[in-house]
Amino acid sequence: MSILEVKNIQKSFDKTEVLKDISFTLEKGEVLSIIGSSGSGKTTLLRCLNFLETTDLGKIIVDDNVLFDGNNKLSEDKIRENRLNFGLVFQNFNLFPQYTVLENLTLAPTLLKKGDSASIKNQALEIIKKVGLEDKVDFYPCQLSGGQQQRVAIARALMLSPKILCFDEPTSALDPELTGEVLRVIRELRDGNTTMIIVTHEMNFAKNVSDKVIFMADGIIEECGNPEEVFENPKSQRLKEFLSSSLKD
Amino acid sequence: MSFLEVTAFLFDGFKISLLIFAVTLLCGAPLGLPIAFCSMSRFKPLKAISKVIVWIVRGIPLMLQIFIIYYVPGLLFDYQLFGQIDRYMYIEYGIMDMGRIVAVLIAFTINYACYFSEIYRGGIESISKGQYEAGYVLGLTKSQIFRKIILKQVVQRIVPPMSNEIITLIKDTALANCIMVCEIIKNAKELAATKAMIWPLFFTGVFYLIFVGLLTIILGRAEKKLSYFRS
Repeated sequence: MSILEVKNIQKSFDKTEVLKDISFTLEKGEVLSIIGSSGSGKTTLLRCLNFLETTDLGKIIVDDNVLFDGNNKLSEDKIRENRLNFGLVFQNFNLFPQYTVLENLTLAPTLLKKGDSASIKNQALEIIKKVGLEDKVDFYPCQLSGGQQQRVAIARALMLSPKILCFDEPTSALDPELTGEVLRVIRELRDGNTTMIIVTHEMNFAKNVSDKVIFMADGIIEECGNPEEVFENPKSQRLKEFLSSSLKD
Repeated sequence: MSFLEVTAFLFDGFKISLLIFAVTLLCGAPLGLPIAFCSMSRFKPLKAISKVIVWIVRGIPLMLQIFIIYYVPGLLFDYQLFGQIDRYMYIEYGIMDMGRIVAVLIAFTINYACYFSEIYRGGIESISKGQYEAGYVLGLTKSQIFRKIILKQVVQRIVPPMSNEIITLIKDTALANCIMVCEIIKNAKELAATKAMIWPLFFTGVFYLIFVGLLTIILGRAEKKLSYFRS
């Protein structure tokens, strides 16, 4: 049984169809990478899954729970409940600047009453250790490097133990020498069997870390398969062109 | 009249200036918030109404607004509202000018609420969408996001423009003398008229300078206190 089933989802902004007919499944513990050029709909797909955009049509099913089913309009409470199935790490981190690293992690669980403050704090310290920032617990985001901020953002998402952790180009806003530390954390999460969806431009990383790769173009899934198939034996012309141009730089 | 007597007389006037300052700040600052929310509302009529109000209030001299508030009830309804308050308070409690002061307070509060609302709006709209989205994906409600995440960042950003407005406010209180409220300038003018003393008029500047000096220190501290994070 798949942990995530996406069936025929569609999304338009005004008259522009951004997602045309997207379907895929993801198994528990799998890592799915989504690649494609800018404007292909990758980020929109991720935002639809996280209910930051309202999907127009289709179905989103997590763990046999139908979260979204095309025609029903969801209440705000239901949307919030749905969102908690997913975690999302943004390209620009979006840490809360007025809170320390620790407070960034504890804020949401505290507000959502996920336990008493001592146990939330302990959990936060444990996760901070996991991303290797135990010496930065009381730092403010502006005192951290981009790579450190992104690791805090990952830790913050982990606090709510989402079933599926999503990354929206997690290294695109980072200096090249800082991407390594973030990718290392993601790799460790994979080794810990975290189910993840990663939108990325890091082709080598996608190739190494994923169980499954989706190539999107113009709002459709142009090609889908395991990394060897997609990267070594691209079938469609578009994927071939995309791979050769992105390997150039 | 000795220097001390003049100073005491001027200070009596400055107390009225401070009263106008304090009430305008205490009422205008909170009132600006709903106006700001209305002008950001997605409900078009509400947005339009608040934009028009802000346009009118910012577009007319404050002095004229004081005249409007003070005289229009009498002209429209043939009822001297503020004159009645004046009379009543004088007869019952021996307090002078209360109706006029109330008129000034209403005009000032509305005027400053509109200016404050624009500062709030600017502050709120300057916070990146990503901050809201980060809250959403963590399952927080809109109100939690506003109170726990957005508000403090907005406060940090609006302290400098608010400081500006607050410093302008104490000087604007001098406008109250256009309807004969006994604030400090009015008292100084009275000395000029009745005792042929012109220097007290210039001396009033010292009162403003001292108060603005204090404000600058306090507001500067607030700004510094909030500078521990960078949004």
